[in-house]
Amino acid sequence: MTAAPQGGWTTARVAAVARTGTGLVGVRLDVADRVDHLPGQHYVVRLRAPDDYTAQRSYSIASDPADPLVELMVERLPDGEVSAHLHDVLEVGDVLEVRGPLGGWFCWDGTTRAGCVVGGTGVVPAVSMLRHARRIGRPDLVTVVAVGRTLDDLPYAEELLGAGAFVALTREDLGSRVAAPPYPDEVRRLLDDPGAQIEEAFVCGSPGFATYAARLLGEVGVRSSLVKVEQFGPTR
Amino acid sequence: MPVTRGFTGRRREGDPARADRLPPGQHDVGRDWPVLTAEVAPQVRTETWSLTLDGLVERPTTWGWDELRALPRSTYAGDIHCVTTWSRFDCRFTGVSLDTLLEAAGPRSDATYVVAHAVTGYTTNLPLADVTGGRAWVVWEADGRPLTPEHGGPVRLLVPHLYFWKSAKWVSRLELLDRDRPGFWETHGYHDRGDPWREQRYQGDP
Repeated sequence: MTAAPQGGWTTARVAAVARTGTGLVGVRLDVADRVDHLPGQHYVVRLRAPDDYTAQRSYSIASDPADPLVELMVERLPDGEVSAHLHDVLEVGDVLEVRGPLGGWFCWDGTTRAGCVVGGTGVVPAVSMLRHARRIGRPDLVTVVAVGRTLDDLPYAEELLGAGAFVALTREDLGSRVAAPPYPDEVRRLLDDPGAQIEEAFVCGSPGFATYAARLLGEVGVRSSLVKVEQFGPTR
Repeated sequence: MPVTRGFTGRRREGDPARADRLPPGQHDVGRDWPVLTAEVAPQVRTETWSLTLDGLVERPTTWGWDELRALPRSTYAGDIHCVTTWSRFDCRFTGVSLDTLLEAAGPRSDATYVVAHAVTGYTTNLPLADVTGGRAWVVWEADGRPLTPEHGGPVRLLVPHLYFWKSAKWVSRLELLDRDRPGFWETHGYHDRGDPWREQRYQGDP
């Protein structure tokens, strides 16, 4: 794989704030001196108080590299210092310190057949991959299984469905599909076309989800050496 | 850099003694213990697992699970810091000091770096000086319980004065070298040394 670009600290002007769904805020940023990213990479957002106290968190990029803005999708976490600010205070025109793109492992360079099994806000990097694949005229390269509790909870649910992603909801029925985690045969669709075996698999979500998703991929015959994992959130 | 409109932060509402223990840009996660790995947690069986210390040593040495646990034990009680900005205070890890392992294997005088290898193929590099003098361990117990697979069990490296990606999970080999050889994250955009107090997160940080 080509080396992923890495960006330093810069500033970004908030161009749009979309408070949609349950506890989700989409933020579109006009990044100064921007370095183009690869789908799967992330940005750090740093908030600075008047006495120079700072708080920073990493967020996956949802946008295509060719998008003139960088789009992040942020879940409101219980007691989340940075996510609470982005949800409650952030307005168009605010200036944020950002650093990115970052990360050279969990990223897709647009040349391989990629299968994604992603859950909750873990869908964000897969959305970037889908948008990129569509723009370069290769939507066939990216297959996505997206898992959410409900359609309202799942970021980009409509866009994922529109792009042909398989959506599995665990707490409500979707069409004729009864609420349940994804089954092996639903993940096997990533491999359905024998001429189009996936070359990379991307798993993104909570540790519990990532463990489940990786086991599913193993069950349907994806070698673990092809699987890249990004997980976030605590164990207790 | 600009002040963020409307942001005051919350750290100073807490205990100032705790705030002093927080490196720049970190936040206190309380008793949560986040999991961040590039890979799926492997199920490592202690019956077949072993730890090898080799490379530039006089006596390459391998310890099985029981042999390792028969060595003099050592405990670290203190804080850990992850590059993704969480810090967890007052952790308690039990295992063996790397000083004990190095004494058994006898580092050659030209050994200056160590690469830790995990059973998954994950690697991370450290100056030998960062893992000697009572600052590094291999551990199998956290907070009084066996280390779970998602946290690197059965045995992980522990180098708590550096960002936690240096504390390789599922460690199985420590290789001594006479030169620096960047490991997994160090070749994927992360800093070579990773000192949280100097905020050495990514390549290019001073």
